[in-house]
Amino acid sequence: MTAIAITRMSDLFAVVMLSGIYSLLSASLFLDLDAVDVAFTEASVGAGISTLLFLATLKLVPRYEKKSRYKPTLALGVVIATGALLIYGTLDMPHFGEADAPVHQHVAPRYLNDSMNEVGIPNVVTSILASYRGYDTLGETLVIFTAGIGVLSLLMVSRRTKEKALQKVPADMQNQIILRVVAKMMLPLILIFALYVQFHGDYGPGGGFQAGVIFAAGIILYTMLFGLSLTQKVIKTEVVERLTAFGVLLYAGVGIACMLLGGNFLDYNVLRHDPVHGQHLGILLVELGVGITVAAVMITLFFKFTWRTVKHKYNQ
Amino acid sequence: MNIIGLYNYWIVVVLMLIGFFIVIAHENLIKKLVGLSIFQTSVFFLYISMGKVAGATAPILDENYQLYSNPLPHVLILTAIVVGIATTAMGLALVVRIYEAYGSIEESDIQVQDNNDRLEDYLEAYGHKNDTHLFNQDKDE
Repeated sequence: MTAIAITRMSDLFAVVMLSGIYSLLSASLFLDLDAVDVAFTEASVGAGISTLLFLATLKLVPRYEKKSRYKPTLALGVVIATGALLIYGTLDMPHFGEADAPVHQHVAPRYLNDSMNEVGIPNVVTSILASYRGYDTLGETLVIFTAGIGVLSLLMVSRRTKEKALQKVPADMQNQIILRVVAKMMLPLILIFALYVQFHGDYGPGGGFQAGVIFAAGIILYTMLFGLSLTQKVIKTEVVERLTAFGVLLYAGVGIACMLLGGNFLDYNVLRHDPVHGQHLGILLVELGVGITVAAVMITLFFKFTWRTVKHKYNQ
Repeated sequence: MNIIGLYNYWIVVVLMLIGFFIVIAHENLIKKLVGLSIFQTSVFFLYISMGKVAGATAPILDENYQLYSNPLPHVLILTAIVVGIATTAMGLALVVRIYEAYGSIEESDIQVQDNNDRLEDYLEAYGHKNDTHLFNQDKDE
């Protein structure tokens, strides 16, 4: 229903808020489908960071959508035709919740039955993510890194403009005293929670991706309420930008360390004398790499959008 | 065969089509990105609902439980969500740059401006530099 409302509205602000609600609803649905880690990620990414980035963009572009001159009949036709074909395609699919569906036959039983002996951590999602499918996750981390670089080059603001603009433009929410006090109380809790999610990912839902996003959310909250110049004193933009690369390098470095110790790339068994201990160490380091990259990229993204806004205000 | 058991796929299809419709029927670039993310979520639902086993629990091993849902789709989707936000941010950055260059984020406005630019180049190339009335007429329409 929320999705339908999104199509009908022309106020983009409302659209973005609705899409945040939509994400939160999806997260609870994921939870119902036993995907706790996914629900966690969707709640922090979809309902948190994504909504924020959309709002940051809306600050730079007009808020209202123009009425389209074309009638959407053709588009509706195409969509319905596609839908009919897709529904026809589902008729062969296995039923919802069936335990003997082909999906559950291939590698999943091995992960569920053997991962405790081979990797030794209870959260199977983490052990697949960081160990069995380590290459895959390295690739994903690289994609995030690349997207960060892309936004960095698209929304560049020169240092001189930054310095000049900062003197003239104060932070938007300088006067929101209640928000500022509450944020000050929340901030340490958010950051500690992020670290807990980071290092407890082996035993409960969580891990580098979620922790990175939560950590970034804490920093972004601070930036929104106290302004860029104050945040710059805590964390330098240059440092954050270097950290994006550092996370990926840490991940790949663990892989290469495994090779130097005589194993395969990302084969953590050789890191310690006992294979299970090696797996523990490897997963911890790799997840840390993921967490650092994700947090740094998310913070960089927000900084870039905010700088752009500051620059525009200054130019006016 | 009981057809009702397929309802999870139908929810996915409906969500996917709403996303698809927004992407092709709306001209506003931000709206298109929101549509794209709805489309994306529908694919997430497809994967996660396939991994669900009736009566099972979340795949965190414990002695008290025997039946777990399939963890593999969870891993794939977890990373896909974070990659999704990174690419969305990239798209938003492009939208900001497009707005700075064209002063609009409506597809049709951008198209009109591009056509005018091309017409201008064309007139210049064929020595009609002074015949700007041709170009201006087009613009007024």
